[in-house]
Amino acid sequence: MEKLVVATASLAGCFGCHMSLLDIDERILDLVEIVDFHKSPINDIKEFTRDCDIGLIEGGCCLDENVHVLKEFRKHCRILVSLGECAIMGGLPAMRNGISVRECLEEAYLNGPSVRNANQAKILPNDEELPVLLNRVYPCHEVVKMDYFLPGCPPDADLIWNALTAILENREMHLPYELFKFD
Amino acid sequence: MANSNNLSFSIDGVTCLAREGSTILDAARKNGVFIPTLCNLEGIPPKGACRVCSVKVNGKLLTACTTRIAQGMEVENDTPGLNNLRKAIVEMLFVEGNHLCPSCEKSGDCELQALAYRYTMTVPRYPYFYPKRAVDASHPKIVKDHNRCILCKRCVRAVKDEKGRSIFVFLNRGFETKIYIDPELAGKLTDELARKAVEVCPVGAIMPRGEGFKTPIGKRKYDKAPIGSDL
Repeated sequence: MEKLVVATASLAGCFGCHMSLLDIDERILDLVEIVDFHKSPINDIKEFTRDCDIGLIEGGCCLDENVHVLKEFRKHCRILVSLGECAIMGGLPAMRNGISVRECLEEAYLNGPSVRNANQAKILPNDEELPVLLNRVYPCHEVVKMDYFLPGCPPDADLIWNALTAILENREMHLPYELFKFD
Repeated sequence: MANSNNLSFSIDGVTCLAREGSTILDAARKNGVFIPTLCNLEGIPPKGACRVCSVKVNGKLLTACTTRIAQGMEVENDTPGLNNLRKAIVEMLFVEGNHLCPSCEKSGDCELQALAYRYTMTVPRYPYFYPKRAVDASHPKIVKDHNRCILCKRCVRAVKDEKGRSIFVFLNRGFETKIYIDPELAGKLTDELARKAVEVCPVGAIMPRGEGFKTPIGKRKYDKAPIGSDL
């Protein structure tokens, strides 16, 4: 049987969901028997050079660069999965929704207690090399079509394992109550 | 005859008995049938605010918490259509506020979250509003987080002073509605009433000051079994 190809990305996330993926422990050996990992922070493959079967997306879209990566994933992956609360609803980064970008930047670089006296020149980062903050944080499914959603902060390793093997074996996903959590 | 089960009705085709005057919800509970609720709280008058307990009688949607049983009533409850409707209500409540479960002290003990778990809500079908709402930490015993409030009015209905007056009230109208407590009354809130306010809140909108994440993950109310499992 030809191996299925998995790609992963962390957008506006904390890498906790990727940690949880690694938390499937020695089953990762079983997993690499049936899948190949393509573009992913785990193997540091940075560009798509082929199409993939499954794309796992951690984090929502907070920057224009996140939108770009997410659209690349949609283009190259047959099935896209929102992995974790941030991908599903923005998560903690979305706490800035409702606050203007300028106000966020000024708090972070000018007025916050830890920077108040450190940034005398009152510089806000504005280099063209830097990605641009979006007006708010967007859940992934508000940017591209997402096929599956695995909640949790992070999603339990066993929930990820159940979901991945279900997709690989082309059967219905089993989401047991004890593993289906939002925290 | 006040205590006898003198009315016969059915839920999802199963014949049940109820006392005259009881609501569909109470009658269902007495017969061991789960109907989900959110704004309802035993011991205080029902409100019919959240509509999560909606059932069908003669093809018509009614709230089980406010409708009284009639002889021969045929109630539809645990059907795919009704459960999908209830799930839709839960989803609306999730998108209408800012429900950040990962950072909420009530997570695991929250009735809104528990219903979302029960109905396996992976993602709401509606777009998120991300309303701008405030946290009010100005009171000595409680913290009000309006991001989490679902306007069930439980605190308004259950927390009363010695003269029976509500301590919490609704302020404003429509989308601007929020629970309010007079600062002076909040200052005089007894420990007992403050604890009661926290207890009656189904979500994490009223929390005790200086306390949080007390129960470890795995030991909270809805960690192991869905809401309604006790029936």
